[in-house]
Amino acid sequence: MKEVVVLSGKGGTGKTSIVGSFAALAKSKVLVDCDVDAADLHLLLQPVMREKHDFWSGKVASINGEKCTRCGLCQEQCRFKAIVDFRVDPLSCEGCGFCYHICPVEAINMRENLSGQWFISDTRYGDLVHARLGIAQENSGKLVALVRQQARKIAEKQKADYIISDGPPGIGCPVISSLSGASLALLVTEPTLSGIHDLERVLGVCRHFGVQALVGINKFDINEENTHQIEGYCLSQGVPVVARIPFDNAVTEAMVRGLPVVEYTSNGVARQIKELWEWFLKLL
Amino acid sequence: MIISVASGKGGTGKTLVATSLALSLKDREQVQLLDCDVEEPNDHIFLKPVITRSETVSIMVPRVDEDKCTYCGRCAEVCAYHAIAILAKTVLVFPHLCHGCGACSYICPEKAISEESRGIGVVELGNSDGIDFAQGRLNVSEPMPTPVIRKVKEKANRDCTVVIDVSPGTSCPVVESIRGSDFCLLVTEPTPFGLNDLILAVETVKELKVPCGVVINRAGAGNGEVEEYCLKENLPVLLTIPLDMEIARRYSRGITLVEGMPQWKESFLRLFESIQEIVSERSSSLKR
Repeated sequence: MKEVVVLSGKGGTGKTSIVGSFAALAKSKVLVDCDVDAADLHLLLQPVMREKHDFWSGKVASINGEKCTRCGLCQEQCRFKAIVDFRVDPLSCEGCGFCYHICPVEAINMRENLSGQWFISDTRYGDLVHARLGIAQENSGKLVALVRQQARKIAEKQKADYIISDGPPGIGCPVISSLSGASLALLVTEPTLSGIHDLERVLGVCRHFGVQALVGINKFDINEENTHQIEGYCLSQGVPVVARIPFDNAVTEAMVRGLPVVEYTSNGVARQIKELWEWFLKLL
Repeated sequence: MIISVASGKGGTGKTLVATSLALSLKDREQVQLLDCDVEEPNDHIFLKPVITRSETVSIMVPRVDEDKCTYCGRCAEVCAYHAIAILAKTVLVFPHLCHGCGACSYICPEKAISEESRGIGVVELGNSDGIDFAQGRLNVSEPMPTPVIRKVKEKANRDCTVVIDVSPGTSCPVVESIRGSDFCLLVTEPTPFGLNDLILAVETVKELKVPCGVVINRAGAGNGEVEEYCLKENLPVLLTIPLDMEIARRYSRGITLVEGMPQWKESFLRLFESIQEIVSERSSSLKR
Protein backbone atom coordinates (compact mmCIF):
# COMPACT_ATOMS: atom_id res chain seq x y z
CA MET A 1 0.00 0.00 0.00
CA LYS A 2 1.35 3.42 -0.99
CA GLU A 3 0.45 6.75 0.49
CA VAL A 4 0.50 9.85 -1.71
CA VAL A 5 0.20 13.24 -0.03
CA VAL A 6 -0.55 16.43 -1.95
CA LEU A 7 1.08 19.58 -0.57
CA SER A 8 1.91 23.04 -1.89
CA GLY A 9 3.39 25.45 0.63
CA LYS A 10 1.28 28.28 -0.78
CA GLY A 11 -2.46 27.93 -0.33
CA GLY A 12 -4.96 27.91 -3.16
CA THR A 13 -2.76 26.32 -5.81
CA GLY A 14 -5.23 23.52 -6.51
CA LYS A 15 -4.40 20.67 -4.10
CA THR A 16 -7.99 19.75 -3.36
CA SER A 17 -9.17 19.91 -6.98
CA ILE A 18 -6.37 17.51 -7.93
CA VAL A 19 -7.04 15.13 -5.03
CA GLY A 20 -10.75 15.14 -5.90
CA SER A 21 -9.86 14.07 -9.41
CA PHE A 22 -7.46 11.40 -8.16
CA ALA A 23 -10.35 10.08 -6.08
CA ALA A 24 -12.34 9.57 -9.27
CA LEU A 25 -9.39 8.10 -11.20
CA ALA A 26 -7.78 5.72 -8.70
CA LYS A 27 -9.32 2.27 -8.41
CA SER A 28 -8.46 0.86 -5.01
CA LYS A 29 -7.89 3.57 -2.43
CA VAL A 30 -8.82 5.28 0.81
CA LEU A 31 -9.09 9.07 0.84
CA VAL A 32 -8.02 11.30 3.67
CA ASP A 33 -8.35 15.05 4.17
CA CYS A 34 -5.38 16.25 6.25
CA ASP A 35 -6.35 19.91 5.97
CA VAL A 36 -8.23 19.67 9.25
CA ASP A 37 -8.68 23.38 9.92
CA ALA A 38 -10.09 24.33 6.51
CA ALA A 39 -11.19 21.05 4.97
CA ASP A 40 -12.74 21.27 1.49
CA LEU A 41 -12.38 17.82 -0.07
CA HIS A 42 -15.86 16.80 1.14
CA LEU A 43 -17.34 19.50 -1.12
CA LEU A 44 -16.22 17.50 -4.16
CA LEU A 45 -16.81 13.99 -2.84
CA GLN A 46 -20.25 14.43 -1.24
CA PRO A 47 -19.62 12.05 1.65
CA VAL A 48 -22.30 10.33 3.71
CA MET A 49 -21.07 10.13 7.26
CA ARG A 50 -20.77 6.63 8.70
CA GLU A 51 -18.87 7.29 11.92
CA LYS A 52 -18.34 10.41 13.99
CA HIS A 53 -15.87 10.65 16.87
CA ASP A 54 -14.79 13.34 19.29
CA PHE A 55 -11.16 14.36 19.28
CA TRP A 56 -9.94 15.09 22.80
CA SER A 57 -6.53 16.54 22.88
CA GLY A 58 -4.39 18.59 25.16
CA LYS A 59 -5.49 20.25 28.35
CA VAL A 60 -6.38 23.72 29.53
CA ALA A 61 -5.66 25.07 32.99
CA SER A 62 -8.34 26.62 35.16
CA ILE A 63 -8.01 28.25 38.55
CA ASN A 64 -10.35 27.49 41.40
CA GLY A 65 -11.01 30.96 42.82
CA GLU A 66 -12.03 29.58 46.21
CA LYS A 67 -8.75 27.78 46.78
CA CYS A 68 -6.48 30.36 45.15
CA THR A 69 -4.51 32.48 47.66
CA ARG A 70 -3.34 34.90 44.96
CA CYS A 71 0.30 34.18 45.70
CA GLY A 72 1.09 34.93 42.06
CA LEU A 73 3.54 32.07 41.44
CA CYS A 74 1.60 30.76 38.44
CA GLN A 75 1.44 34.16 36.78
CA GLU A 76 5.10 34.73 37.34
CA GLN A 77 6.15 31.37 35.89
CA CYS A 78 3.78 30.99 32.93
CA ARG A 79 5.88 31.55 29.82
CA PHE A 80 2.83 31.95 27.61
CA LYS A 81 1.43 34.88 29.61
CA ALA A 82 -1.79 32.92 29.84
CA ILE A 83 -2.62 33.87 33.43
CA VAL A 84 -3.70 37.43 34.09
CA ASP A 85 -5.43 38.55 37.29
CA PHE A 86 -5.58 34.93 38.48
CA ARG A 87 -7.61 33.88 35.47
CA VAL A 88 -6.50 31.64 32.63
CA ASP A 89 -6.98 32.80 29.07
CA PRO A 90 -7.78 29.50 27.33
CA LEU A 91 -6.59 30.86 23.97
CA SER A 92 -3.12 31.55 25.35
CA CYS A 93 -2.84 28.43 27.52
CA GLU A 94 -0.66 25.80 25.86
CA GLY A 95 -1.69 23.13 28.35
CA CYS A 96 1.82 22.55 29.68
CA GLY A 97 0.58 22.11 33.24
CA PHE A 98 3.49 24.02 34.77
CA CYS A 99 1.07 26.09 36.89
CA TYR A 100 -0.82 22.96 37.95
CA HIS A 101 2.37 21.31 39.19
CA ILE A 102 3.71 24.30 41.14
CA CYS A 103 0.57 25.75 42.72
CA PRO A 104 1.24 25.48 46.48
CA VAL A 105 -2.46 25.13 47.36
CA GLU A 106 -3.55 22.88 44.47
CA ALA A 107 -5.96 25.47 43.17
CA ILE A 108 -5.34 24.68 39.51
CA ASN A 109 -7.07 21.97 37.49
CA MET A 110 -6.18 20.73 34.05
CA ARG A 111 -9.32 20.09 32.02
CA GLU A 112 -9.38 17.79 29.02
CA ASN A 113 -10.02 19.77 25.89
CA LEU A 114 -12.48 18.80 23.15
CA SER A 115 -10.48 19.96 20.15
CA GLY A 116 -12.56 18.72 17.26
CA GLN A 117 -14.23 15.78 15.58
CA TRP A 118 -13.22 13.23 13.01
CA PHE A 119 -15.33 11.20 10.63
CA ILE A 120 -15.35 8.14 8.44
CA SER A 121 -17.65 8.59 5.47
CA ASP A 122 -18.82 6.72 2.40
CA THR A 123 -18.34 8.42 -0.93
CA ARG A 124 -19.01 7.02 -4.35
CA TYR A 125 -15.25 6.85 -4.78
CA GLY A 126 -14.55 4.88 -1.59
CA ASP A 127 -14.00 5.66 2.09
CA LEU A 128 -13.03 9.14 3.19
CA VAL A 129 -11.49 9.91 6.57
CA HIS A 130 -11.81 13.59 7.44
CA ALA A 131 -11.99 15.88 10.43
CA ARG A 132 -12.95 19.23 11.72
CA LEU A 133 -10.68 20.97 14.16
CA GLY A 134 -12.65 23.05 16.64
CA ILE A 135 -12.63 26.80 16.09
CA ALA A 136 -9.43 28.40 17.39
CA GLN A 137 -8.06 25.07 18.61
CA GLU A 138 -4.54 23.77 18.82
CA ASN A 139 -3.14 20.33 18.08
CA SER A 140 -3.97 20.19 14.38
CA GLY A 141 -0.85 18.04 13.96
CA LYS A 142 -2.21 15.39 16.31
CA LEU A 143 -5.56 15.36 14.54
CA VAL A 144 -3.79 14.92 11.21
CA ALA A 145 -1.81 11.99 12.64
CA LEU A 146 -5.06 10.48 13.87
CA VAL A 147 -6.94 10.70 10.54
CA ARG A 148 -3.93 9.25 8.72
CA GLN A 149 -3.74 6.37 11.17
CA GLN A 150 -7.46 5.65 10.68
CA ALA A 151 -7.08 5.78 6.91
CA ARG A 152 -4.19 3.32 7.15
CA LYS A 153 -6.28 0.92 9.24
CA ILE A 154 -9.10 0.98 6.69
CA ALA A 155 -6.69 0.63 3.78
CA GLU A 156 -5.08 -2.41 5.40
CA LYS A 157 -8.43 -4.03 6.05
CA GLN A 158 -9.62 -3.39 2.50
CA LYS A 159 -6.21 -4.29 1.08
CA ALA A 160 -6.38 -1.00 -0.81
CA ASP A 161 -3.51 -0.08 -3.11
CA TYR A 162 -3.39 3.60 -2.22
CA ILE A 163 -4.04 6.18 0.43
CA ILE A 164 -4.53 9.56 -1.21
CA SER A 165 -4.19 12.47 1.11
CA ASP A 166 -5.10 16.14 0.69
CA GLY A 167 -2.59 18.14 2.70
CA PRO A 168 -2.71 21.55 4.37
CA PRO A 169 -0.87 24.67 3.15
CA GLY A 170 2.26 25.94 4.89
CA ILE A 171 5.26 24.07 6.25
CA GLY A 172 4.47 23.80 9.98
CA CYS A 173 3.12 21.17 12.31
CA PRO A 174 0.10 19.82 10.33
CA VAL A 175 2.22 19.66 7.15
CA ILE A 176 4.97 17.72 8.90
CA SER A 177 2.33 15.47 10.39
CA SER A 178 0.77 14.84 6.92
CA LEU A 179 4.13 14.13 5.33
CA SER A 180 6.25 12.04 7.63
CA GLY A 181 6.34 8.42 6.51
CA ALA A 182 4.35 8.99 3.28
CA SER A 183 5.51 7.17 0.12
CA LEU A 184 5.45 10.17 -2.14
CA ALA A 185 4.57 13.86 -2.05
CA LEU A 186 3.07 15.75 -4.96
CA LEU A 187 3.84 19.44 -4.63
CA VAL A 188 1.31 21.55 -6.50
CA THR A 189 2.66 24.96 -7.36
CA GLU A 190 1.71 27.88 -9.60
CA PRO A 191 3.98 30.05 -11.74
CA THR A 192 3.90 33.08 -9.46
CA LEU A 193 6.86 34.40 -7.50
CA SER A 194 4.99 33.49 -4.30
CA GLY A 195 4.34 29.97 -5.58
CA ILE A 196 8.03 29.46 -6.38
CA HIS A 197 9.20 30.86 -3.03
CA ASP A 198 6.79 28.62 -1.13
CA LEU A 199 7.63 25.55 -3.23
CA GLU A 200 11.29 25.86 -2.27
CA ARG A 201 10.38 25.81 1.41
CA VAL A 202 7.98 22.87 1.28
CA LEU A 203 10.51 20.95 -0.81
CA GLY A 204 12.99 21.56 2.02
CA VAL A 205 10.52 19.95 4.43
CA CYS A 206 10.15 16.89 2.13
CA ARG A 207 13.94 16.53 2.04
CA HIS A 208 14.25 16.85 5.78
CA PHE A 209 11.74 14.07 6.33
CA GLY A 210 13.12 11.93 3.51
CA VAL A 211 9.97 11.83 1.37
CA GLN A 212 10.40 11.78 -2.40
CA ALA A 213 8.73 14.78 -4.06
CA LEU A 214 7.28 15.40 -7.50
CA VAL A 215 6.08 18.76 -8.75
CA GLY A 216 2.96 19.67 -10.69
CA ILE A 217 2.63 23.20 -12.08
CA ASN A 218 -0.97 24.35 -12.05
CA LYS A 219 -2.20 27.31 -14.14
CA PHE A 220 1.15 27.07 -15.93
CA ASP A 221 0.00 29.41 -18.70
CA ILE A 222 -0.54 32.39 -16.38
CA ASN A 223 3.19 33.06 -16.63
CA GLU A 224 5.17 30.73 -18.89
CA GLU A 225 8.44 32.43 -18.06
CA ASN A 226 7.96 31.55 -14.39
CA THR A 227 6.92 28.04 -15.43
CA HIS A 228 10.30 27.65 -17.16
CA GLN A 229 11.98 29.00 -14.08
CA ILE A 230 10.26 26.38 -11.90
CA GLU A 231 11.22 23.65 -14.34
CA GLY A 232 14.83 24.82 -14.29
CA TYR A 233 14.86 24.96 -10.52
CA CYS A 234 13.34 21.48 -10.21
CA LEU A 235 15.85 20.08 -12.70
CA SER A 236 18.70 21.54 -10.66
CA GLN A 237 17.25 19.94 -7.55
CA GLY A 238 16.67 16.56 -9.18
CA VAL A 239 12.91 16.83 -8.66
CA PRO A 240 10.75 15.70 -11.60
CA VAL A 241 8.06 18.06 -12.90
CA VAL A 242 5.28 15.64 -13.80
CA ALA A 243 2.45 17.93 -14.88
CA ARG A 244 1.71 21.25 -16.50
CA ILE A 245 -1.95 22.00 -15.98
CA PRO A 246 -3.48 24.98 -17.81
CA PHE A 247 -5.69 27.61 -16.20
CA ASP A 248 -9.27 26.60 -16.88
CA ASN A 249 -12.45 27.96 -15.36
CA ALA A 250 -13.84 24.40 -15.68
CA VAL A 251 -12.12 23.71 -12.34
CA THR A 252 -14.34 26.29 -10.63
CA GLU A 253 -17.42 25.24 -12.62
CA ALA A 254 -16.90 21.63 -11.50
CA MET A 255 -16.46 22.80 -7.90
CA VAL A 256 -19.73 24.72 -8.06
CA ARG A 257 -21.44 21.50 -9.15
CA GLY A 258 -19.68 19.53 -6.42
CA LEU A 259 -17.81 17.33 -8.88
CA PRO A 260 -14.18 16.35 -9.43
CA VAL A 261 -13.11 18.18 -12.58
CA VAL A 262 -12.31 14.93 -14.43
CA GLU A 263 -15.99 14.02 -14.14
CA TYR A 264 -17.13 17.41 -15.34
CA THR A 265 -15.08 17.66 -18.51
CA SER A 266 -12.63 15.53 -20.46
CA ASN A 267 -10.74 18.40 -22.07
CA GLY A 268 -7.50 20.27 -21.28
CA VAL A 269 -7.21 20.40 -17.56
CA ALA A 270 -8.88 17.00 -17.03
CA ARG A 271 -6.60 15.32 -19.55
CA GLN A 272 -3.53 16.72 -17.80
CA ILE A 273 -4.73 15.47 -14.42
CA LYS A 274 -5.37 12.02 -15.89
CA GLU A 275 -1.84 11.95 -17.28
CA LEU A 276 -0.57 13.00 -13.89
CA TRP A 277 -2.34 10.11 -12.22
CA GLU A 278 -0.89 7.72 -14.80
CA TRP A 279 2.53 9.00 -13.83
CA PHE A 280 1.81 7.98 -10.28
CA LEU A 281 0.67 4.53 -11.32
CA LYS A 282 3.99 4.01 -13.07
CA LEU A 283 6.01 5.38 -10.19
CA LEU A 284 4.32 3.58 -7.33
CA MET B 1 -5.31 50.75 14.58
CA ILE B 2 -4.42 47.15 13.79
CA ILE B 3 -6.07 45.54 10.74
CA SER B 4 -5.43 41.86 10.14
CA VAL B 5 -5.98 40.27 6.74
CA ALA B 6 -7.04 36.62 6.98
CA SER B 7 -9.02 34.14 4.89
CA GLY B 8 -9.51 30.54 5.97
CA LYS B 9 -8.86 29.26 2.46
CA GLY B 10 -5.38 29.76 1.06
CA GLY B 11 -4.63 31.59 -2.14
CA THR B 12 -7.63 33.90 -2.05
CA GLY B 13 -5.56 37.09 -2.14
CA LYS B 14 -4.56 38.02 1.42
CA THR B 15 -1.11 39.13 0.32
CA LEU B 16 -2.58 41.09 -2.58
CA VAL B 17 -4.96 42.94 -0.25
CA ALA B 18 -2.47 43.47 2.59
CA THR B 19 0.26 44.91 0.35
CA SER B 20 -2.09 47.13 -1.66
CA LEU B 21 -3.77 48.43 1.47
CA ALA B 22 -0.42 49.35 3.00
CA LEU B 23 0.79 51.00 -0.22
CA SER B 24 -2.41 53.00 -0.64
CA LEU B 25 -2.18 54.37 2.87
CA LYS B 26 1.50 55.18 3.09
CA ASP B 27 1.24 58.72 1.69
CA ARG B 28 -1.51 59.58 4.14
CA GLU B 29 -0.18 58.14 7.36
CA GLN B 30 2.44 56.06 9.08
CA VAL B 31 1.93 52.46 7.99
CA GLN B 32 3.46 49.29 9.27
CA LEU B 33 3.10 45.91 7.57
CA LEU B 34 3.67 42.77 9.62
CA ASP B 35 3.86 39.51 7.70
CA CYS B 36 2.70 36.92 10.22
CA ASP B 37 2.41 34.12 7.65
CA VAL B 38 5.71 32.87 9.01
CA GLU B 39 5.47 29.49 7.29
CA GLU B 40 5.27 31.06 3.85
CA PRO B 41 5.89 34.82 4.08
CA ASN B 42 5.33 36.44 0.68
CA ASP B 43 4.86 40.17 1.28
CA HIS B 44 8.59 40.78 0.83
CA ILE B 45 8.33 39.52 -2.76
CA PHE B 46 5.97 42.41 -3.57
CA LEU B 47 7.34 45.16 -1.34
CA LYS B 48 11.04 44.35 -1.73
CA PRO B 49 11.92 45.88 1.66
CA VAL B 50 15.46 46.73 2.66
CA ILE B 51 16.05 44.50 5.68
CA THR B 52 18.10 46.32 8.28
CA ARG B 53 17.87 44.00 11.23
CA SER B 54 17.31 40.34 11.87
CA GLU B 55 16.53 38.75 15.23
CA THR B 56 16.61 35.05 15.98
CA VAL B 57 13.48 33.59 17.56
CA SER B 58 14.35 30.92 20.05
CA ILE B 59 12.62 28.77 22.57
CA MET B 60 14.28 27.52 25.73
CA VAL B 61 14.79 23.76 25.73
CA PRO B 62 16.15 21.61 28.55
CA ARG B 63 19.74 20.51 28.88
CA VAL B 64 20.32 17.79 31.44
CA ASP B 65 23.48 17.55 33.49
CA GLU B 66 23.83 13.78 33.80
CA ASP B 67 26.35 14.12 36.64
CA LYS B 68 23.60 15.58 38.81
CA CYS B 69 20.67 13.57 37.41
CA THR B 70 19.40 10.69 39.53
CA TYR B 71 16.98 9.48 36.82
CA CYS B 72 14.04 9.99 39.16
CA GLY B 73 11.81 10.67 36.16
CA ARG B 74 10.04 13.72 37.60
CA CYS B 75 10.83 15.78 34.46
CA ALA B 76 9.31 13.21 32.11
CA GLU B 77 6.26 13.04 34.37
CA VAL B 78 5.53 16.77 34.22
CA CYS B 79 6.29 17.25 30.50
CA ALA B 80 2.93 17.52 28.72
CA TYR B 81 4.56 17.18 25.30
CA HIS B 82 6.62 14.00 25.85
CA ALA B 83 9.72 15.99 24.99
CA ILE B 84 11.80 14.38 27.70
CA ALA B 85 12.04 10.68 28.57
CA ILE B 86 14.06 8.52 30.95
CA LEU B 87 15.22 5.12 29.74
CA ALA B 88 17.02 3.24 32.52
CA LYS B 89 20.12 5.40 33.04
CA THR B 90 19.71 7.77 30.09
CA VAL B 91 17.74 10.97 29.63
CA LEU B 92 16.45 11.62 26.16
CA VAL B 93 15.42 15.14 25.12
CA PHE B 94 13.38 15.69 21.94
CA PRO B 95 13.85 19.41 21.25
CA HIS B 96 11.34 19.49 18.36
CA LEU B 97 8.54 18.47 20.71
CA CYS B 98 9.46 20.98 23.42
CA HIS B 99 7.25 24.05 23.80
CA GLY B 100 9.73 25.73 26.15
CA CYS B 101 7.38 25.93 29.14
CA GLY B 102 10.22 25.48 31.63
CA ALA B 103 8.37 23.05 33.92
CA CYS B 104 11.09 20.35 33.85
CA SER B 105 13.94 22.60 34.93
CA TYR B 106 11.88 24.23 37.67
CA ILE B 107 10.65 20.95 39.05
CA CYS B 108 13.87 18.87 38.90
CA PRO B 109 14.72 18.09 42.56
CA GLU B 110 18.45 17.82 41.78
CA LYS B 111 18.61 21.08 39.82
CA ALA B 112 20.13 19.01 37.04
CA ILE B 113 18.25 20.75 34.22
CA SER B 114 19.34 24.03 32.77
CA GLU B 115 17.90 25.60 29.65
CA GLU B 116 19.52 26.52 26.39
CA SER B 117 18.01 28.47 23.56
CA ARG B 118 17.22 26.79 20.28
CA GLY B 119 16.57 28.95 17.23
CA ILE B 120 13.37 28.10 15.37
CA GLY B 121 13.06 31.13 13.11
CA VAL B 122 13.87 34.79 12.56
CA VAL B 123 12.13 38.13 12.59
CA GLU B 124 13.37 40.54 9.94
CA LEU B 125 12.81 44.27 10.16
CA GLY B 126 13.21 46.89 7.52
CA ASN B 127 11.58 49.49 5.38
CA SER B 128 9.94 49.51 2.00
CA ASP B 129 9.66 52.96 0.51
CA GLY B 130 8.08 54.51 3.58
CA ILE B 131 6.32 51.40 4.90
CA ASP B 132 7.70 50.09 8.16
CA PHE B 133 8.12 46.36 7.51
CA ALA B 134 8.53 43.25 9.66
CA GLN B 135 8.22 39.60 8.81
CA GLY B 136 8.70 36.30 10.54
CA ARG B 137 10.23 33.28 8.95
CA LEU B 138 9.92 29.84 10.51
CA ASN B 139 12.95 27.63 9.83
CA VAL B 140 12.23 24.79 7.40
CA SER B 141 11.41 21.53 9.28
CA GLU B 142 10.36 23.37 12.46
CA PRO B 143 6.77 22.58 13.47
CA MET B 144 5.79 25.53 15.70
CA PRO B 145 5.04 28.89 14.08
CA THR B 146 3.38 30.59 17.07
CA PRO B 147 6.53 31.75 18.94
CA VAL B 148 7.71 33.41 15.70
CA ILE B 149 4.32 35.08 15.20
CA ARG B 150 4.35 36.37 18.77
CA LYS B 151 7.76 37.92 18.21
CA VAL B 152 6.63 39.63 14.98
CA LYS B 153 3.61 41.05 16.79
CA GLU B 154 5.81 42.47 19.53
CA LYS B 155 7.07 44.82 16.80
CA ALA B 156 3.61 46.33 16.26
CA ASN B 157 3.68 50.07 16.66
CA ARG B 158 0.28 51.17 17.95
CA ASP B 159 0.91 54.75 16.80
CA CYS B 160 0.78 53.62 13.17
CA THR B 161 -1.83 51.90 11.10
CA VAL B 162 -0.68 48.30 11.33
CA VAL B 163 -1.61 45.79 8.62
CA ILE B 164 -1.08 42.14 9.55
CA ASP B 165 -0.91 39.46 6.86
CA VAL B 166 -2.16 36.18 8.35
CA SER B 167 -1.56 32.57 7.28
CA PRO B 168 -4.45 30.52 5.85
CA GLY B 169 -6.54 28.22 8.06
CA THR B 170 -8.34 28.71 11.37
CA SER B 171 -6.06 27.11 13.96
CA CYS B 172 -3.45 28.37 16.42
CA PRO B 173 -1.21 30.42 14.09
CA VAL B 174 -4.27 32.25 12.74
CA VAL B 175 -5.61 32.95 16.23
CA GLU B 176 -2.21 34.18 17.38
CA SER B 177 -1.97 36.54 14.40
CA ILE B 178 -5.50 38.02 14.58
CA ARG B 179 -5.98 38.41 18.33
CA GLY B 180 -5.68 41.97 19.51
CA SER B 181 -6.60 43.39 16.11
CA ASP B 182 -9.16 46.19 15.89
CA PHE B 183 -10.53 44.78 12.67
CA CYS B 184 -10.12 41.70 10.52
CA LEU B 185 -10.55 41.67 6.76
CA LEU B 186 -11.52 38.25 5.44
CA VAL B 187 -10.51 37.72 1.84
CA THR B 188 -12.50 35.09 0.00
CA GLU B 189 -13.46 33.96 -3.48
CA PRO B 190 -17.02 33.26 -4.71
CA THR B 191 -16.67 29.48 -4.86
CA PRO B 192 -17.88 26.61 -2.65
CA PHE B 193 -14.36 26.25 -1.15
CA GLY B 194 -14.18 29.99 -0.56
CA LEU B 195 -17.57 29.99 1.17
CA ASN B 196 -16.88 26.93 3.32
CA ASP B 197 -13.63 28.37 4.63
CA LEU B 198 -15.07 31.88 5.00
CA ILE B 199 -17.71 30.48 7.36
CA LEU B 200 -14.96 28.89 9.47
CA ALA B 201 -12.93 32.10 9.45
CA VAL B 202 -15.97 34.15 10.53
CA GLU B 203 -16.50 31.78 13.47
CA THR B 204 -12.86 32.20 14.43
CA VAL B 205 -12.93 36.01 14.46
CA LYS B 206 -16.21 35.95 16.38
CA GLU B 207 -14.53 33.77 18.99
CA LEU B 208 -11.79 36.39 19.21
CA LYS B 209 -14.39 39.20 19.39
CA VAL B 210 -12.77 41.06 16.52
CA PRO B 211 -15.16 42.82 14.09
CA CYS B 212 -14.77 41.75 10.48
CA GLY B 213 -15.62 42.58 6.90
CA VAL B 214 -15.24 40.69 3.64
CA VAL B 215 -13.24 41.22 0.47
CA ILE B 216 -14.47 39.14 -2.48
CA ASN B 217 -11.64 38.44 -4.88
CA ARG B 218 -11.99 36.91 -8.37
CA ALA B 219 -15.62 38.00 -8.49
CA GLY B 220 -17.39 36.38 -11.41
CA ALA B 221 -15.49 33.10 -11.14
CA GLY B 222 -17.98 30.93 -9.32
CA ASN B 223 -21.46 31.55 -7.94
CA GLY B 224 -23.37 34.01 -5.77
CA GLU B 225 -23.42 32.01 -2.54
CA VAL B 226 -20.71 34.00 -0.79
CA GLU B 227 -22.66 37.21 -1.30
CA GLU B 228 -25.87 35.56 -0.13
CA TYR B 229 -24.10 34.32 2.98
CA CYS B 230 -22.68 37.80 3.73
CA LEU B 231 -26.09 39.34 3.31
CA LYS B 232 -27.73 36.78 5.57
CA GLU B 233 -25.07 37.11 8.27
CA ASN B 234 -24.96 40.89 8.00
CA LEU B 235 -21.30 40.86 7.08
CA PRO B 236 -20.24 43.96 5.17
CA VAL B 237 -18.63 43.27 1.78
CA LEU B 238 -16.12 46.11 1.71
CA LEU B 239 -14.33 45.48 -1.56
CA THR B 240 -14.86 43.36 -4.67
CA ILE B 241 -12.02 42.56 -7.06
CA PRO B 242 -13.01 40.91 -10.35
CA LEU B 243 -11.50 37.77 -11.89
CA ASP B 244 -9.06 39.42 -14.29
CA MET B 245 -6.19 37.64 -16.00
CA GLU B 246 -4.27 40.90 -16.12
CA ILE B 247 -4.32 41.11 -12.30
CA ALA B 248 -3.27 37.46 -12.07
CA ARG B 249 -0.38 37.94 -14.49
CA ARG B 250 0.92 41.00 -12.67
CA TYR B 251 0.60 39.18 -9.36
CA SER B 252 2.62 36.29 -10.78
CA ARG B 253 5.47 38.74 -11.46
CA GLY B 254 5.40 40.19 -7.97
CA ILE B 255 3.61 43.41 -8.88
CA THR B 256 1.04 44.65 -6.40
CA LEU B 257 -2.45 45.58 -7.52
CA VAL B 258 -2.14 49.31 -6.80
CA GLU B 259 1.24 49.60 -8.48
CA GLY B 260 0.11 47.70 -11.57
CA MET B 261 -3.26 49.43 -11.74
CA PRO B 262 -3.08 52.73 -9.81
CA GLN B 263 -6.82 53.29 -10.24
CA TRP B 264 -7.29 50.74 -7.43
CA LYS B 265 -5.72 53.04 -4.87
CA GLU B 266 -9.00 54.95 -4.47
CA SER B 267 -10.83 51.70 -3.73
CA PHE B 268 -8.33 50.74 -1.06
CA LEU B 269 -8.61 54.18 0.54
CA ARG B 270 -12.40 53.81 0.60
CA LEU B 271 -11.96 50.34 2.09
CA PHE B 272 -9.82 51.85 4.84
CA GLU B 273 -12.40 54.56 5.52
CA SER B 274 -15.14 51.96 5.84
CA ILE B 275 -13.01 50.07 8.34
CA GLN B 276 -12.38 53.25 10.32
CA GLU B 277 -16.12 53.93 10.45
CA ILE B 278 -16.95 50.42 11.64
CA VAL B 279 -14.24 50.49 14.28
CA SER B 280 -15.19 53.91 15.63
CA GLU B 281 -18.91 53.07 15.69
CA ARG B 282 -18.11 49.91 17.56
CA SER B 283 -15.90 51.62 20.11
CA SER B 284 -18.50 54.30 20.79
CA SER B 285 -21.25 51.69 21.16
CA LEU B 286 -19.00 49.74 23.56
CA LYS B 287 -18.52 52.88 25.65
CA ARG B 288 -22.27 53.37 25.81
